[in-house]
Amino acid sequence: MLYLRDRDMAAPPKPVEKVDGVVIRFAGDSGDGMQLAGARFTSETAMMGNDLSTLPDFPAEIRAPAGSLPGVSGFQIHFSDHDILTPGDEPNVLVAMNPAALRTNLRDLPRSGTLIVNRDAFTDRNLEKARYTANPLEDGSLDDYHVHEVPLTSLTLEALKDVEVTKREAERSKNMFALGLMSWLYHRPTEGTISYLEKKFQSRPPIAEANVLAFKAGWAYGETSEDFRVTYEIAPAKLPPGTYRNIRGNQALSLGLLAASVKSGLPLFLGAYPITPASEILEDLSRRKDFGVRTFQAEDEIAAVGAALGASFGGALGVCTSSGPGVVLKMETIGLAVTLELPLLIIDVQRAGPSTGMPTKPEQADLLLAMWGRNAESPVPVIAASTPGGCFDAAIEAARIALKYRTPVFLLSDAYLANGSEPWLIPDVDFLPDISTRFADAESHEGDFLPYRRDAETLARPWAIPGTPGLEHRIGGLEKADGTGNVSYDPDNHDHMVRLRAQKVAGIAADIPELAVDEQGDEELLVLSWGGTYGPVQAGVRRVRNDGGKVAHAHLGYLNPFPRNTGDVLRRFEKILVPEMNLGQLSKLVRAEFLVDAVGYNRVRGLPFRSSELAEAMKGML
Amino acid sequence: MKDGNGGRPLVQLTAKDFKSDQEVRWCPGCGDYAILAAVQGFMPELGIARERIVFISGIGCAARFPYYMQTYGMHSIHGRAPAIATGLSSSRPDLSVWVVTGDGDALSIGGNHLIHVLRRNVNLKILLFNNQIYGLTKGQYSPTSPLGTHNKTTPFGSLDYPFNPVSLALGAEATFVARSVDTDRAHLTEILRRVAEHKGSAFVEIYQNCNVYNDGAFDAVREQENRILLQHGEPIRFGGEDGTVERGVVVRPGGGVEIVDVASVGEDALLRHDESAEDPSLAFALSRLSHTPVGPTPLGIFRAVERPVYDTLMAEQIEVTKRELGEGDLKKLLHAGDTWAIS
Repeated sequence: MLYLRDRDMAAPPKPVEKVDGVVIRFAGDSGDGMQLAGARFTSETAMMGNDLSTLPDFPAEIRAPAGSLPGVSGFQIHFSDHDILTPGDEPNVLVAMNPAALRTNLRDLPRSGTLIVNRDAFTDRNLEKARYTANPLEDGSLDDYHVHEVPLTSLTLEALKDVEVTKREAERSKNMFALGLMSWLYHRPTEGTISYLEKKFQSRPPIAEANVLAFKAGWAYGETSEDFRVTYEIAPAKLPPGTYRNIRGNQALSLGLLAASVKSGLPLFLGAYPITPASEILEDLSRRKDFGVRTFQAEDEIAAVGAALGASFGGALGVCTSSGPGVVLKMETIGLAVTLELPLLIIDVQRAGPSTGMPTKPEQADLLLAMWGRNAESPVPVIAASTPGGCFDAAIEAARIALKYRTPVFLLSDAYLANGSEPWLIPDVDFLPDISTRFADAESHEGDFLPYRRDAETLARPWAIPGTPGLEHRIGGLEKADGTGNVSYDPDNHDHMVRLRAQKVAGIAADIPELAVDEQGDEELLVLSWGGTYGPVQAGVRRVRNDGGKVAHAHLGYLNPFPRNTGDVLRRFEKILVPEMNLGQLSKLVRAEFLVDAVGYNRVRGLPFRSSELAEAMKGML
Repeated sequence: MKDGNGGRPLVQLTAKDFKSDQEVRWCPGCGDYAILAAVQGFMPELGIARERIVFISGIGCAARFPYYMQTYGMHSIHGRAPAIATGLSSSRPDLSVWVVTGDGDALSIGGNHLIHVLRRNVNLKILLFNNQIYGLTKGQYSPTSPLGTHNKTTPFGSLDYPFNPVSLALGAEATFVARSVDTDRAHLTEILRRVAEHKGSAFVEIYQNCNVYNDGAFDAVREQENRILLQHGEPIRFGGEDGTVERGVVVRPGGGVEIVDVASVGEDALLRHDESAEDPSLAFALSRLSHTPVGPTPLGIFRAVERPVYDTLMAEQIEVTKRELGEGDLKKLLHAGDTWAIS
């Protein structure tokens, strides 16, 4: 791999130290371009073949007041020469672009960690905004860290003095200087970033030039500055063979929905209303007209799901994407879909609540909302994605269930999966499941067409779409007579229909994989997790095992119905720990369903679990 | 509606073919019966096979309508029919999709969906049965009840100023706006004919008598002397029969329109109705002649203009993209961007 075109002209190489993994956090003002720097570093790292996991952490405000504490935006990347599960509990290296970034992030950096700061940003004004009474670069408070004070702003300005950009534009390139320095320090390839910048700023060549020059200047600074004496090398990880790309959860979900459309042979209709952190799926799919995707940015959350249901009635794969505050508005329509028994996907990219809560921060507190957030008995299958890449498979599986059982299906993701990234083994399209379904037509039934006559095995009703001659029928929210679907107020019929709808959903348990347990066979403690916490929980389990502890782990991707062996699994263990980013929602479900004494580990900090805290919680139960 | 039958030959059907086997359960004497009969009587004229016709409704007395039509249908939830119909119509441009709604359904709980469907110009035929009352919930005032209405929830008189549905639709950028009356079958059928021909959202307010909770609300417009029948290209004039004074509509200096005696201004001064005017100002002014119909009230087509149809635009974007980029290739898309191989 080519590191830099003019490498030969640089100073003699510095000593190289081999490490097995590192966690870097870029932190700066929202306007400092930390997310871009982080994303580029991630791409470079992916191209190196390291395993990686990322965690962007940014405020909901697009541009909070410059230099202020709430305006700090961070991006953490964990990369290694072996397979990893999380973006790392704490950084080994913190890049702090201003005093506010230092103040809000320093508490996560262990003593003796490496700190790279932009010295130019430590002005009296910025120190005051970050509520420092003394300059931490001068008062000795950073003595326990390996501090590199780099005049990032002035070096960038100096490097760009001959480029035709304003001072402000030149200053804005300092994130690329920082990226260049970090790329040098960790031997990242640079070609990708250079061509990325050239393309991104294609229409403004001076800006492109400025960014590329700043990037190269950062690299050169590392090579020549006395301040950096060694560089670090992280060997590629040994991952299963195949072709990989780096992917974020929302991207994987969009691709999964497209794959579901292709594999079902049904056109995709997405109704959505912009909402963080789900909007990106609407944005992604609105570009995919080449797949015949219809995206409808509705006037509100209710219209979004309504239109998706209307499209389903017409034979499309109807999908709506949202987050908790939007999902609550959709519940009446989801109830209608329950009784209409039409396929519909509801994707909830969960965020911290209640109400508006913390829009950019993850939580998994919508589980009971998905389970029971509708009037009366209205069961809906619920599944949850476990990793960013896993969002792809979860989308296809949600579609499979919805189409086969003619039911709305909840797919739960969260802000951590949505924005986090990892290398993804690109699946072979030919081996994706066939989820095609059959519409009712004149040949598919005997005698009169009965819109609520059920398939004996799945209990699904026929899907007769408008345009099919002879099958004209009316459906609606009023209770229907079994078979005919005509309006019925008959007491016994209602009792029967309520039970039939419940049975249909419960019966899906026979059609999903059993719950797998990661165990040696002699454990007393089972950790039961679900959804987006898979990485940190499994990493916590590995920590405990490394320390000699015995712990088994089972992770649920299906929440309703549960896998058919769930009760058997839970009853095999003496102790059950259920870590959740809520106050105990899965705990309640398994306690109620299986009468087991599940103990919760519950934190709602708007941040993913740390594997270390989970390991402690597990050890506390051994 | 040639586009409603996928280029197939027109189908010969009768009104009877559009009657479902379900017993109609509106109150005896309800205006809904007359509208149902008019719609079923008109449907054969569409020349579209029944399976290509869909009626979607929300909640309320009017919303039972789909059950009685031998077509595809959905009786959905309160106020959401326009949203559901948008999804269906825009993903299935081959269908003829009709929305049946009421004053509470369309203008109160579903007001947001109604205005947005109209501005988008989704290819939907929207029949709003306005009876100025909540019938199904037994007689509460609605968003079209006149100010001061006394009923169950307003024993001291309602405080809400009512909507004028035609004004609202015009303000929401509707391309087709009309008004008719339940029992005037000839007029209603003529309007339905034009609704069916219109490409895009066609909105019709139908004055509908609720003989149980709001009987006689529209008696005034059943009187010939109060019916201002709008006819494209013609001077707007009414009355004059049986010794009544003939009146007409003129543009008022300084804006708006007003009713005058024809004799006092002369025929040439009368406003000629232009339903195809791009500027909706005069149509809006006409809609203001009667806010709740207690006196002379315009009936007919206020506005009928052409604007690109949402469904068509959506289909075209897909078509053009496929032509330019080719049919989407999933394998290629999954491998797009930076990839690396591990062996």
